[in-house]
Amino acid sequence: MKLAFITGIGLLFIVALVASCQSDEQVEFNRYYSGGSVLYLAHCQNCHGEKGEGLQALIPPLTDSVFMKQNRPSLACYIKNGLKGKLSIVGREFEGEMPAAADLSPIEIAKVLTYVTNSFGNKQGLIDLQQVQADLKNCR
Amino acid sequence: MKNIICALIVIAFYSACKPGSGTTNTLPILGNREPVIKTVDGKQVTDTVYSTIPTFKFVNQYADTITNKSLDGKIYVADFFFTTCPSICPVMHRNMLNVYKEFKADDNFRIISHTIDPKYDTVPVLKKYADKMGISGNTWWLLHGTKEETYQIAKNYLVSVQEKNPQGEYIHDGYFILVDKQKRLRGTYDGTDPAQVTKLIADIKTLKTEPDQVAAK
Repeated sequence: MKLAFITGIGLLFIVALVASCQSDEQVEFNRYYSGGSVLYLAHCQNCHGEKGEGLQALIPPLTDSVFMKQNRPSLACYIKNGLKGKLSIVGREFEGEMPAAADLSPIEIAKVLTYVTNSFGNKQGLIDLQQVQADLKNCR
Repeated sequence: MKNIICALIVIAFYSACKPGSGTTNTLPILGNREPVIKTVDGKQVTDTVYSTIPTFKFVNQYADTITNKSLDGKIYVADFFFTTCPSICPVMHRNMLNVYKEFKADDNFRIISHTIDPKYDTVPVLKKYADKMGISGNTWWLLHGTKEETYQIAKNYLVSVQEKNPQGEYIHDGYFILVDKQKRLRGTYDGTDPAQVTKLIADIKTLKTEPDQVAAK
């Protein structure tokens, strides 16, 4: 019992030590990322899947890092307004419609984008609120 | 000593959770049932009549007419969906794809998916959906019929489907219904839950070995 207590304190100490070592940016990123994972589950996962794998030729996967990079300024608009028409993702053609998630706020879009663009093999770093607000102004 | 007691308690709990060893390997028969008294060889015998799926007629994605007779001698799984469904259908059919892959070589097995939006989901739309899902052959039929017929047959599968709600969404539950060769309901599974769909696959294998399934043609 006593041993467990001491081990517990020790672990807490180590966690605190590690946490204090993280830069502010890392803390910010983690906050967006973990918030985004919850939003992904609620708004995206039904169609795009737990691992961003999509569904056959019906729903595109979220694993195309090149697409994510090239379309980075448009991603917020895709979520806010939906997406319709033809897409080429990982070399495959998709045609259909993604419903708009009009009920998501800019901060929620930033969180879910940070999650998606840093999961499933993507690694783009933080997409923050300011970025999303700027991108949303340029939606076509 | 304390450890041993703990271990014993854990074992006791564990064994209490295990299904009874007395149960045989058959699935329950669901739905309403009625006793009927028949006369066999001059003696009165009480038999049980189980509710079964009534006759029906729909059209599949190849524009072929599919009736209850098309499913004679086949174990099948039924569900209800529509192609533009943004919520639970992609999950359901991602899971159903596992059932399809497992049994597509078995000609005595079918999957039928009724569209509850026949106005939009015409036969060509269903065919396109099937192509995009990567399903071919006759294992998995996507069925089109009138709204009335579809909603009526849903009741026989104990599935609830309703008209569009004020938000323009269809309300339906994501159940997969297992039906045996006598067209009796043998199980319902939440099609949005991968664990339940794994159980469905196991139950189909169990059902296939039941004597009256093996005998039925």
